[in-house]
Amino acid sequence: MDLGLDVEDRDGFAVLSVRGEVDVYTAPRFRERLIELVSEGKHRIIVNLEGVDFLDSTGLGVLVGGLKRLRSHDGDLLLVCTQSRILKVFEITGLTKVFSIHDSVDAAVGGGGGTSSS
Amino acid sequence: MTASEVAGEVIELEIPARAEFVALARLVVSALASADSNLADERIDDLKLAVSEACTNAIEAHDAAGSLERVLVRCKASTDALEVYVEDRGHGFDPSGLPDHPPVTDPDRLKFERGLGIPLIKALVDEVEFSPTGHGTSVRLVMRHGPNGVSED
Repeated sequence: MDLGLDVEDRDGFAVLSVRGEVDVYTAPRFRERLIELVSEGKHRIIVNLEGVDFLDSTGLGVLVGGLKRLRSHDGDLLLVCTQSRILKVFEITGLTKVFSIHDSVDAAVGGGGGTSSS
Repeated sequence: MTASEVAGEVIELEIPARAEFVALARLVVSALASADSNLADERIDDLKLAVSEACTNAIEAHDAAGSLERVLVRCKASTDALEVYVEDRGHGFDPSGLPDHPPVTDPDRLKFERGLGIPLIKALVDEVEFSPTGHGTSVRLVMRHGPNGVSED
């Protein structure tokens, strides 16, 4: 099972685009990539979940861990997600209130409108 | 395969208790659920996620117990529901002993990277039951047909 993890720089943010299924098998690679980015000094990270087909609680755990790590560096972790079946997982667990979730990378970079979690 | 052909059948899958096999369990259950035309796509997604969480817990239980046995996934299709049993041969656990998460507005909420699986399962399926077996824990997940599902809100 492939997990795509592509990074690009965008207006002072590192955008990590995740593709495929995030579960107990693939989550460790996702976690490692996030930790690498933080140790490279990238403290403002956007995780783009638009290419994710499946995300379970292990994936949520990686994101919560990433947010915690970044906040300890005065950074932030923003999410891009519009897929209802993925958003549902955040809603059930109450994490829509913890994460800033945006409709597009542009909206996340702009820090303005397009937030799904207002 | 049609819904009436699936009804009454029991499908069993044994997977090695390793992380890479959780995807296979999800695939088999969602394929069977898709053949059951009485379950909407959204509910199949919910069941797939619940099965993934239950299998993940089962594999972690095996790891903790050092068990090399397999995890059993059993699907029972009936005329009014699809039931999935996930049975581990770990040491068992007490679902009532799970810590309560702090409210989401509490900064301490970020200390909880784990423990989200059981609350997810409970929210996703119509019925869930954790039973001790002689060897571990059996988790029974029930998705009922029709509009009474918990996801129809």
